Amino acid sequence: MAYFLELLISGALTGLMYSLVALGFVLIYKSAGVPNLAQGALVMTAGYAVWLVMAWGLNVWIAIPIAAAIMFGFGLVVERLLLRRMVGQPVIMVVMLTLGLEILLRGMVPGILGSAPKPIDLGIGFAPIIIGDVFINRTSLYGGIVALALVGASLLFFRTRTGTKLRAVSDDHVSSWAVGISVERAIGISWGLAGIAAVVAGALWGSSQGVDWTLSALLFPAVAVVILGGVDSVPGVLVGGILVGVLGTVIPGYLDSFAGGSTRDVVTSLIILLTIMVRPFGIFGREDIERI
Amino acid sequence: MFYRLSGTYHTSYQADRKLWKIPTDRWLVIALLVLALLAPLFVSPLYLGSYVLPWVIWSAAALSLTLLMGLAGQLHFGFAAVMAIGAYASIHLVRAGVPFELALLLSGLISAVIGAIFGGAALRVKGLYLVMATLAMQYLVDWVVVNVPAISGGAHATLRTPAVSFLFLPIESLAARYWLALGWAVLLTVFFMNVKRTSFGRALVAIRDKDFAAAVIGVDPFKTKLMAFFTSSFMGGVTGAILAFCFYRAVTPEQFGFNVSIQLVAMVLVGGLGSVIGSWLGAGFVLLAPIFLTNLVSGLAASGWVPVSQNFLSHLPLMIYGAMIIGFLLLEPLGLAKIYDNIRKYFLVWPFRHARS
Repeated sequence: MAYFLELLISGALTGLMYSLVALGFVLIYKSAGVPNLAQGALVMTAGYAVWLVMAWGLNVWIAIPIAAAIMFGFGLVVERLLLRRMVGQPVIMVVMLTLGLEILLRGMVPGILGSAPKPIDLGIGFAPIIIGDVFINRTSLYGGIVALALVGASLLFFRTRTGTKLRAVSDDHVSSWAVGISVERAIGISWGLAGIAAVVAGALWGSSQGVDWTLSALLFPAVAVVILGGVDSVPGVLVGGILVGVLGTVIPGYLDSFAGGSTRDVVTSLIILLTIMVRPFGIFGREDIERI
Repeated sequence: MFYRLSGTYHTSYQADRKLWKIPTDRWLVIALLVLALLAPLFVSPLYLGSYVLPWVIWSAAALSLTLLMGLAGQLHFGFAAVMAIGAYASIHLVRAGVPFELALLLSGLISAVIGAIFGGAALRVKGLYLVMATLAMQYLVDWVVVNVPAISGGAHATLRTPAVSFLFLPIESLAARYWLALGWAVLLTVFFMNVKRTSFGRALVAIRDKDFAAAVIGVDPFKTKLMAFFTSSFMGGVTGAILAFCFYRAVTPEQFGFNVSIQLVAMVLVGGLGSVIGSWLGAGFVLLAPIFLTNLVSGLAASGWVPVSQNFLSHLPLMIYGAMIIGFLLLEPLGLAKIYDNIRKYFLVWPFRHARS
């Protein structure tokens, strides 16, 4: 029972950390309609950015805002130079462009900054928190809390003036233009916000497993999270994240010893497949009604 | 001047329906085919085995995928898994004593059935969701291959292909392996050029353009999409078997990972969706351009022209590959096929440019 509880809690916390990665995906998809398969690589780049700024000798709490500013700018640049030219192209082109970006980043960033894992010390410490018989990973716990806070903050953000503009843009581009909202700027801002979310995810994941190219592999669980939660829903990120994390930890916790390991990927794949079969738009997503 | 005919001026429907509308095209292709057939005689074994042979096989794979992506418009990000099924099925069939010729067909059928089952997802969703569903297929098949010892021979195992012969030609020497691969690629090419002119091909194109509209004019989307997945997975499965027997000769699950799927999609896109010559050019470009550019840079680095670290050099192919995908999508979304087409059209009417159609 204690084992189950431990799996449950660590799964939920890991899931919340997945939702940090997934949040960036949702922010971009919601406003621009672009499935950003480079979000994993963006998290990796952000992790490297945090490490780089810290390598200048700055305190981590100063380094993270600076890295956030850098990644906000990076998001804006990516949107302006690459994605803006893809407007009106079929989805395969956009998907492939973001994949090309992810491959480019995965080669360029470790290629220039070094591929050995880089440590990020957030000052959290590694000693687990023990409640009863249950061990809780300290980084995951703080990560989960930060994820809750960040998703809450983005929900609040969508009620501000800029956030309302972003929601309008996600509803309909043409009508937003008609009422004088700059769609381009809104989409750019959503890319920048995704960059900031990537910094938070990169710092937390980087502190728990070191910063190297493997951070970009977070894309796969994040995709499962957004598919399950609904690809254009911010609260869906939390629910999807917890579900993916719990299922992806509890099931392997019991099955791995029989099935020869790494059942986590199988569970993640099955979540994607089943969601697409049963309810393609996810738990909270908006169902698309297509006109001929 | 180069084509002896300044443009295409058909006077009958029959002439317009010809496979080669301009005789020069036919002669060009025949010359290329003869060159390709004689390649083992004048290309050194090193280049033949490490550049030409993989190019031919990956072109066949790109052709199989572009039937699905280019003609039928169904995205597939797990095509390497389909090829893995073909490769492993063929090896186990040959080991069980099935003749190689039959094993190729059977492995194609097995991949086709499994591919069509996963393609069933396509009947419900499209676009992004189809990408995700096929992505999940890639991971599932990978896991099954790695974790079922009966398939992979145990974790981290390498499965050697047994010695076989194809129609009494032992597939042992490099030339024999190359000819078998070339034969399959040419077969696929001929099939692809003709399938566009059949009712099946036209149904696929109708589905790609708009499936509701296709249903209205009497094309069954359910059947056609399933057929597209079946056909394409069959071709992919046999190509996987050819890849295992003619090129790798020792198979591990890593050879059919997610990155390979992405590489295949990149080949199809760089070449140009749904184009025959694009598949050949795209496969060659995606396969060889990173190698040549990396060799160039490492040669320059060795002679001290550009100061780069070893770490940078080892990541360079990935960078070039990513930059290539982005560059093509931004600058020439129609791919190498369009570039070739522009050049061909230029020379078709040269030097009378004003006559360009």
